[in-house]
Amino acid sequence: MRYIKIIYLFFFAFPLFAQEVDTLPLTQEFAPPLDVRAFDTPNDAGRAITVQWNLSPDNSLLSGYEIYRSETPDTGYQYVGYMGRGISTFRDNRGVEDNTSYYYKVRGRTSTYEYSEFSPISSSVSSSSQWYHKGKTNVLIGLPLFIFLIFWAVFQAKMGKPLFIRKIAGLDSLEEAVGRATEMGKPVLYVPGLSAISDIATIASMNILSQVAKKTAEYNTPIIVPNRDPIVMSVAQEVVKEAAIEKGRPDYYNPDRVFYLTSSQFAYAAGVCGIMTREKPATNLFIGMFWAESLLLAETGNMTGAIQIAGTDAVTQLPFFVTACDYTIMGEELYAASAYLSKEPLLVGGIKGQDYNKLVIFMFLALGTIFGLLGNNFIINLFK
Amino acid sequence: MRRTGPLKLCLICGVVMIIQFFIPHRFSKNLFEEAVHWLIVCGVPALVIGYYSIFHVHWTKIRRKREGWGYSIIIFAAVIIVALIGFIWGIGEKSVFMKIYQYMTMTMQATMFSLLGFYMASAAFRSFKARTPEATLLLIVALVIMFGRVPIGESVFIKLKLPNLVEWVLMYPNMAAQRGIGLGVGLGIMATSLKIMLGIERGWLGGAGK
Repeated sequence: MRYIKIIYLFFFAFPLFAQEVDTLPLTQEFAPPLDVRAFDTPNDAGRAITVQWNLSPDNSLLSGYEIYRSETPDTGYQYVGYMGRGISTFRDNRGVEDNTSYYYKVRGRTSTYEYSEFSPISSSVSSSSQWYHKGKTNVLIGLPLFIFLIFWAVFQAKMGKPLFIRKIAGLDSLEEAVGRATEMGKPVLYVPGLSAISDIATIASMNILSQVAKKTAEYNTPIIVPNRDPIVMSVAQEVVKEAAIEKGRPDYYNPDRVFYLTSSQFAYAAGVCGIMTREKPATNLFIGMFWAESLLLAETGNMTGAIQIAGTDAVTQLPFFVTACDYTIMGEELYAASAYLSKEPLLVGGIKGQDYNKLVIFMFLALGTIFGLLGNNFIINLFK
Repeated sequence: MRRTGPLKLCLICGVVMIIQFFIPHRFSKNLFEEAVHWLIVCGVPALVIGYYSIFHVHWTKIRRKREGWGYSIIIFAAVIIVALIGFIWGIGEKSVFMKIYQYMTMTMQATMFSLLGFYMASAAFRSFKARTPEATLLLIVALVIMFGRVPIGESVFIKLKLPNLVEWVLMYPNMAAQRGIGLGVGLGIMATSLKIMLGIERGWLGGAGK
């Protein structure tokens, strides 16, 4: 019986099955991607080639495109990357050497690993480094204008022209805050943010610390400066020490009050909160760069009843400070603080120059909006 | 020299970095990466200064038996014990050191982070009191945003198309305000950098700035 089945299958069933398979195509045929163009990636450090192609007419049936590269046009093509359906650009930076000729071809692939034919081969291309970033020409033109306006305002200040700067409530209240701490006989807590000295917000914070330390030294009010970064700590120590010397009180400076706490974000927050609850400073100043710990610090300070002034350029943390602090120095005000407090003409000139630049940008914004609404994107394209 | 040296160095570094910004060449890229590495290398000796500061503060506290000096002993004990554990049993994935990190340090950090939830509630309660017209507006907008961001709000106020309104508030008035602040910050950073490079702003130099 078993042998009869085998004979039946051999003579009748297999030919029938084979006939059915023959009538079906083995793989569905897909149109290949067309017009493959390869060129050196512009404005880069070299070792990268951009490949572009026209999507296959069967793009909707494909799952993506496979990109192949070779150093000779006819043979030796190796797979270098895959891009999803609808994407027609690939940046090849895998093992590309400068000044070596490469050829590319692309083929479509379905989700069941069926393939289209290969596209025609691209023309020869090689990569190289560029010495000028053409996309930054607008910055190159804008930068001298920015510097000129700053210099012009500084020059005006130097010549003695009075320059008006609007009132900044947060900075006006600094003296009051330090005075309050003096009256209460309690220290001032100054938190210079959690960022490194390479952050401009931290440098701005050091400039404000210089002004605050002069006031605390003048009133002989202790200042506590816990730090998260050892370099910031060294700068803060130097700044407080110099402020004390300038006010004729070198003995005021105590290195144990300008100290390093920890580099860990939340351990630092815990440490500062601990200082607030133990020492009960009358004034808390949070000035610099802050992240998630901002509300922890500001709320703890609020609970201890201290007068609180915060200053940061971190847009995401501003609402927390506005909610929990008495005054908030927002964004650019942070950078204007040292000029505002010291009233030094050269520094004030710098702020004025900044304002002139803002006016120029505002004019471009207004013109860009008007022309954009009229359907002309010339000004918008200038900033791309 | 104490004053002019750092200022000249600052000016040179600043100008080099501005030029570097416009050059995408590999040489320029390497220069930038090298500068970043130098920044990290410079930070390492500073860490020793930081540890010295911790040691000095707590040692003085213990020596003078100031209030809470017992906690300073705990700090020294923790540093010594954890360091010894690391030296003796290593810092591998399954080591005691890593267990201390995972089950003590991480847990304590997570605890601090979790406190944010409670602080947010108390801060929101305080700021959402409708005392002034501005505070009332803030309260209304906050309620709209909160309801629009949760599924129950979407289903209750389906006819009002609340999620669309929330999206509009976040995309237009909110984004406009954020960009305004961002623009000011960008200009402030540029102006401050320029003033530092030119030596107009010297507060960060401390004693050397005089």
